[in-house]
Amino acid sequence: MSTSEVGEGGVRGERPGREAVVGKGEHPRGGRRDGKRRRGGRGERAMVPDAEFTSYYGKPILNPPKWEARDIAGYFFLGGLAGAGSVLAAGAQLTGLPATARALKISSLAAIAGSTYALVHDLGRPARFHHMLRVVKPTSPMSVGSWVLAAYGPAAGAAAVLDVTGWFPRLGAAATAGAAVLGPVVASYTAVLAADTAVPAWHGGYRELPFVFVGSATAAASGMALIAAPRGENGPARGAAVFGTALDLAAVTLMRRRLGMVAEPYREGRSGRLMRTAEVLSVAGAAGGALLGGRSRAAAALSGAALLAASACTRFGVFHAGVRSAEDPKYTVVPQRERREALQQEH
Amino acid sequence: MSGLVGRNLLAGAEPEVARDAGYQDPPPRMGFFTDTSVCIGCKACEVACKEWNSVPEDGLEFTGMSYDNTQGLSADTWRHVAFIEQNRRVAAGAPVDDRTGDGTGDGAGGGTATAEVPDGSGGDEGLRWLMASDVCKHCTHAACLDVCPTGSLFRTEFGTVVVQEDICNGCGYCIPACPYGVIDQRKGDGRAWKCTMCYDRLGAGQEPACAKACPTDSIQYGPLDELRERAAARVEQLHEHGVSDARLYGENPDDGVGGDGAFFLLLDEPEVYGLPPDPVVTTRDLPSMWKHAGVAALTMLGGIAAVYAANGRQGGRR
Repeated sequence: MSTSEVGEGGVRGERPGREAVVGKGEHPRGGRRDGKRRRGGRGERAMVPDAEFTSYYGKPILNPPKWEARDIAGYFFLGGLAGAGSVLAAGAQLTGLPATARALKISSLAAIAGSTYALVHDLGRPARFHHMLRVVKPTSPMSVGSWVLAAYGPAAGAAAVLDVTGWFPRLGAAATAGAAVLGPVVASYTAVLAADTAVPAWHGGYRELPFVFVGSATAAASGMALIAAPRGENGPARGAAVFGTALDLAAVTLMRRRLGMVAEPYREGRSGRLMRTAEVLSVAGAAGGALLGGRSRAAAALSGAALLAASACTRFGVFHAGVRSAEDPKYTVVPQRERREALQQEH
Repeated sequence: MSGLVGRNLLAGAEPEVARDAGYQDPPPRMGFFTDTSVCIGCKACEVACKEWNSVPEDGLEFTGMSYDNTQGLSADTWRHVAFIEQNRRVAAGAPVDDRTGDGTGDGAGGGTATAEVPDGSGGDEGLRWLMASDVCKHCTHAACLDVCPTGSLFRTEFGTVVVQEDICNGCGYCIPACPYGVIDQRKGDGRAWKCTMCYDRLGAGQEPACAKACPTDSIQYGPLDELRERAAARVEQLHEHGVSDARLYGENPDDGVGGDGAFFLLLDEPEVYGLPPDPVVTTRDLPSMWKHAGVAALTMLGGIAAVYAANGRQGGRR
């Protein structure tokens, strides 16, 4: 083939390697792209016309999250319940609703304890959980979140314990206030945690996801208040349930609209079913709580349970939608290609 | 450190990535240029990488999809040779027949050579193979490094990105953060693993094991500036030969990740090789994310306060 001599010293003379001449791939006639078409064909409703795209044998481009849904989606739910619960508890305390305040402080403590367990349990090396506090790193939402939890957890714990025991009422009030200030951070930062990834269905919704999460958190905590608070005290919980549900549903709608074809995972498959279930449950819970919760203790408790379940469904739905969008190369390739082509047209 | 103030270090071109990471007098940034046009798919890089870095077995699967049974990068695959079989006729690049001379040829006839291929005999006869050795891109703006909460992932003096395995606690955040799907969690171990660009060899002045083992110099290792020049010349050469599909991937410092420390010469669209067409480091948008989260948190606080205020006004009757 060539005149090079191969000897003990390697190739003598010319080495074509780096400069080798290669063949030229000709474009097949009739159709520019020749790779795999979308794997779809599952009879699902197409929200946008099928985008033509190529992939490497349908393999995902991204490595999907290896997080356990139970741990991380569970944490999104519990963290929201705890954070919003602390805000509602402080409000209840200030407006003279002691039973509601106490119940919510206890539920926040329980929820944040469960969160901590879930987070440590999900680590690949749980014994190294304390490495989370090795550095302070503003570019890492998980680092920021770890420090927020390190401050919020003790505050929520102190608020609950001091309320139940009645010890150090001033310290208890300070802890209640501290937890109420950090609560919204705990409830909202998890949206940044999810959005600060390459996962198309999470990153693409980074503007709306924090509102989905705080809305869902408020609905969950007001659900807990509807279950735990005496009927005479549940007025604010009913109001908060309507507020949280409205915020959640509006933000989800906006997010889907912005995401375009990447919103498919929020409508299809298991994640789609979870999102739809969440919608039904939250509307039922908020309406039931608002209309009947003031009259019947049972109706209030039932509405509260529906709101809690709705919030959990939202978090698991968002979680699974993200995983689904990472597993299908379509959601990585098509938006990036569209973005690149739009940019090229500008120039 | 004063040089860092007021600069956007989350995105955009960043010529002194090691210096910005705090190294006083770093060596030149080192990288890979993987020229897939001369890759023969031998997988010597995969084997050399596994041997040198003691990377465990990654599943002995027969995919049946192509000569690629490795399938992709993972915690236990730091070099992956993609193998693509296309229904695409291959026309000779320009001077194949008279390539007795210096190999670079005078490619003036490149365009015409392709016209000699007989036409009109059905679209899907003919076949071409594309082979490409994929690897961690060692991004200028590395999302894995940005989101790592423990400081386990760090920037080396060579500008590469490496995991410290005695620090990693397996939180798994780097995995969905990577826009290329490189880093992954090792089963049974729990920690995240990826290519280190043979950090141990670099420190000793050696080239990485994959580049050392590559028989065709498809994987070239060296100072990134030099590699970029070499790559630009190679693309030009291929274009002269009529290989108009040849393009560089990841070499542009103005792209979404600030340019890759390991970039490629491809012969088709990136997604054909399983690469994202226009990756953007997720942390580019982090300031905006925090702003939105801040507004959301205040909305929640304000909304709940309003509910209590409204209730307090009418609450007197209870």
